[in-house]
Amino acid sequence: MLIYLNEKPLEIENGTRLYELRKKYKANADLLIVNGFPASTDQKLDSNDHVIMISRGEQPSAEDLESLMMARHTPGVHQIIKQGCVGIAGAGGLGSHVAVALARVGIGQLNIVDFDVVEPSNLNRQQYFIDQIGMPKVIALQNNLQRINPGTKINIFHQKVTPENIAEFFGEVDILVEAFDTADQKAMLTNHFLCNFPEKFLVAASGVAGYEASNTIRTTKVTEHFYLCGDGVTAAEPGCGLMAPRVGIAAHHQANAVLQLLLNNMAE
Amino acid sequence: MKLTINGVTKEYLEQLTVQQLLQQLNLKSERVVVEINRAILSPNMHNTTELKAGDAIELVQFVGGG
Repeated sequence: MLIYLNEKPLEIENGTRLYELRKKYKANADLLIVNGFPASTDQKLDSNDHVIMISRGEQPSAEDLESLMMARHTPGVHQIIKQGCVGIAGAGGLGSHVAVALARVGIGQLNIVDFDVVEPSNLNRQQYFIDQIGMPKVIALQNNLQRINPGTKINIFHQKVTPENIAEFFGEVDILVEAFDTADQKAMLTNHFLCNFPEKFLVAASGVAGYEASNTIRTTKVTEHFYLCGDGVTAAEPGCGLMAPRVGIAAHHQANAVLQLLLNNMAE
Repeated sequence: MKLTINGVTKEYLEQLTVQQLLQQLNLKSERVVVEINRAILSPNMHNTTELKAGDAIELVQFVGGG
């Protein structure tokens, strides 16, 4: 009968029991999970069971780690996502969250550009830690992403994005995520990228400040290759700050738009 | 001259450049993305591009925060 051991198909004899399987394939495993539940006693295995065997403190091989990490994905999508190359312009509240979400789902490559360093006021919404204060954001983010998923290739550039260097940073990406802070930079990037790379996609954000209703944040298809996430109006300004929940909602709209575009299933 | 802006069609009496339309609508050129008949218009063309009857225009003005 066919079972899945650490998410890989394996043909075993009918009636094989869990502890027999452990003895044969991974005698030192001290954590056994059968169909999503930890198993504390021996049991008979059935056809199509999913068995995970883990030894505490042991780092799984890259191949095993990938299949274990992506086990909860919809079948078939990971092979597509891992071919994807996505640019992230800005590694602040939007960009750091988009990067984490895309690394978690197993994106193949991220090109991340930001000129800033981590400072205490960033920590109310950005994916950094106290001990990273003062580090360039791109280096801190690369470290964090590698701890989440070492399988994602991360290219970082500690520079300011200008019309002249957009092609250098993002010429190879399939989709670019606009994750800047100022309105002028957002428009500059969107205009130049869409004019110079009309065949690529851009997912931008506008209107993410404050703590108004979550449900006013939407993903809008502005043109064939230009998607916009946010409420479109709520600017960051004195009296209306930027906070983790709403910035995070918009960032995850962006990450999900990227996922949908990669999987050729983008809704309006 | 009929122009469709963000899906709404209106009659405009005088000839307009994109820059003049943005001014009428109180939009800041450096924060705006302009699409005319499904093509993005480069910002350095805002001043010189005349709108024509029947043009379909999409305007997005960004706000700050991220």
